[in-house]
Amino acid sequence: MNYFVRKLSFYAVALWAALTLNFAIPRMLPGNPVDILLAKLQQRGGTVTPETREAYALLLGGDSSDPLWVQYWDYLKNLARGDLGVSVSYYPTKVSDVILTSLPWTVVLVGIATIIAAVLGVALGAFVGWKPGTWLDTLVPSTTLLAAVPYFWLALILTYLLARVLGWFPMQGGYDVVLTPGWNWEFISSAITYGFLPALTIVLASIAGWLLGMRNMMVSTLSEDYILTAEAKGLTPMKILRSYASRNAVLPSVAGFAISLGFVVSGSVITEQVFSYPGIGGRLLGAVTNNDYALMQGVFLFITLAVLGANLVVDLLYGLIDPRTRARS
Amino acid sequence: MTNLASPTALDTAADEPAPSGRPARAGWRSLLPTMTPWLAIGLVLIGGITLFAVIAPYFVGDPREIRDMGLTGPSAEFPLGTTQTGQDVLAQLAFATRGSLQIGIIVGLLATALSALFGIYGAYKGKVLDEAFSLLTNVFLVIPGLPLVIVISGFVPRESRGLWTIAVVLAVTSWAGAARVLRAQTLSVRSRDYVAASQVSGEKSWRVIVVEILPNLLPVIASQFVFAVIAAILGEAGLSYIGLGASNSATLGTMLFYAQNGFALSLGAWWWFVPPGLMIALFGMGLSLVNFSIDELINPKLKNLRLHRKRARRAARLERELARDTTAKEAVR
Repeated sequence: MNYFVRKLSFYAVALWAALTLNFAIPRMLPGNPVDILLAKLQQRGGTVTPETREAYALLLGGDSSDPLWVQYWDYLKNLARGDLGVSVSYYPTKVSDVILTSLPWTVVLVGIATIIAAVLGVALGAFVGWKPGTWLDTLVPSTTLLAAVPYFWLALILTYLLARVLGWFPMQGGYDVVLTPGWNWEFISSAITYGFLPALTIVLASIAGWLLGMRNMMVSTLSEDYILTAEAKGLTPMKILRSYASRNAVLPSVAGFAISLGFVVSGSVITEQVFSYPGIGGRLLGAVTNNDYALMQGVFLFITLAVLGANLVVDLLYGLIDPRTRARS
Repeated sequence: MTNLASPTALDTAADEPAPSGRPARAGWRSLLPTMTPWLAIGLVLIGGITLFAVIAPYFVGDPREIRDMGLTGPSAEFPLGTTQTGQDVLAQLAFATRGSLQIGIIVGLLATALSALFGIYGAYKGKVLDEAFSLLTNVFLVIPGLPLVIVISGFVPRESRGLWTIAVVLAVTSWAGAARVLRAQTLSVRSRDYVAASQVSGEKSWRVIVVEILPNLLPVIASQFVFAVIAAILGEAGLSYIGLGASNSATLGTMLFYAQNGFALSLGAWWWFVPPGLMIALFGMGLSLVNFSIDELINPKLKNLRLHRKRARRAARLERELARDTTAKEAVR
């Protein structure tokens, strides 16, 4: 089977699995989310019609008399229409609207931070692994300290040092609240100042993984025959480093993107909480504390979709840069 | 005389890199990593923190005792200060470290068992089972773990959210990466002749797996276990920090949760929020350093590198000494 077709069908299966998990979790676990949700809704002044009840029951399970597969089918139909229900904590805003306003914050923050961490980590790893045994290389194991630091704790420390003691950056939020979000320079520069600490947290906490992986692959690659051949041909070390060693050593890092992205997203969810960042992670935690189950499921679905999408793109690119993966199928 | 002696000295240094007289490492000893300074640091960190978690709770006072003194910095009586309600931070740290290590080990074992089941058994059986298991593994790999854990913990009512619930949830969401590595390794071991011989002689499949395949995978499994423990401690800390951890548990994450809710950050009470995170980071670092050495077992290229380096250093030293000798003698002459 064609590599691309196979990848696409795998991600279709993964998507289906995520949707089904989303359907199954509230039905398998104890507690009655629908009643809690409707009670909250009434507190907020919402009217509970039988239709609202049925819509939530489809999303979360409950005392619906329909057989499970009918519920499942209706759930999928609702999702296909983009209907994720109404958020209780942001009543009467729709879940999809709450998510769409917070999604860009997270995508930009995590996206930029991940790219910076990956590029820096891979470059440093290639540099360190190229001359193994130097004093720089013997320091590599100390980066494991960074890799083992909890994201949110690093965020706390950075806030304490850079925001509270030195006062260089604002402690919380995503932008200066006196400004209205828009595409003007004032707002964007404010967003950058506020986003600097969260981004720094993610970069510092995730860079070590890239560095270590690249360094180890670099060491393995250097003992390959084609490196020896390149040296024998009299190529300059810089040329060998760039065109021969790095190119081959970076492949596992690209292939391992799935795992690292999952870690980064997980870490950033809690980091956002520390900074009260207006992103999707903060919404997820807010939904959990408010028992806003509809929003909770919606956010989980969107995070999963985003991670699956990013992985799909990387996998397809991988097929292009490494012809061997295509040939194997 | 010097001219005659020098080439021979260099030759022996080049031909016999290992100090003569020491037999080659063999048998089960080859499964143990070589001692390096970094490995030593790692072992000391792990040992020290584990010892602290096991012993310290017996020596410190009651971590929940509330004193009428409020938030105070480190002092002789309370080496790590007190919390907002006058609780001893050091006592809390001792109990919390114990709690975190406990959950780390439980989840590490569960996750390793799951990854062994899906990685090794699937790859050994092959065909449909392997396809199904590896599909399941890959799906779990791309679904982000912590958001899933948050959603699951969010649905479970607080009363029924015990230690084991959290442990199982963490294990179920974290085994996939290890399973994929184990599957790849098993596939390469499975095709070796002695495995085939064992199969042909009619051994049961569990015996072939345990006796013939598992010993080859031990370094990989050990490394995956170490990773699983780190991931579990980090994951649990994150969950507890946002208030979704096991109820009635005392871990480093719950400490940070209370520190955050007690405005430790804005009050500048660093002695409250720095130690728990540092403890996690140092323990994680210790485990990673041990993993570094295990990596050398799995990937011999990394190990050869270190041996080559040692050899190169020794050769360089010899050469320097020789050069010094010659210049000294020439000076005398």
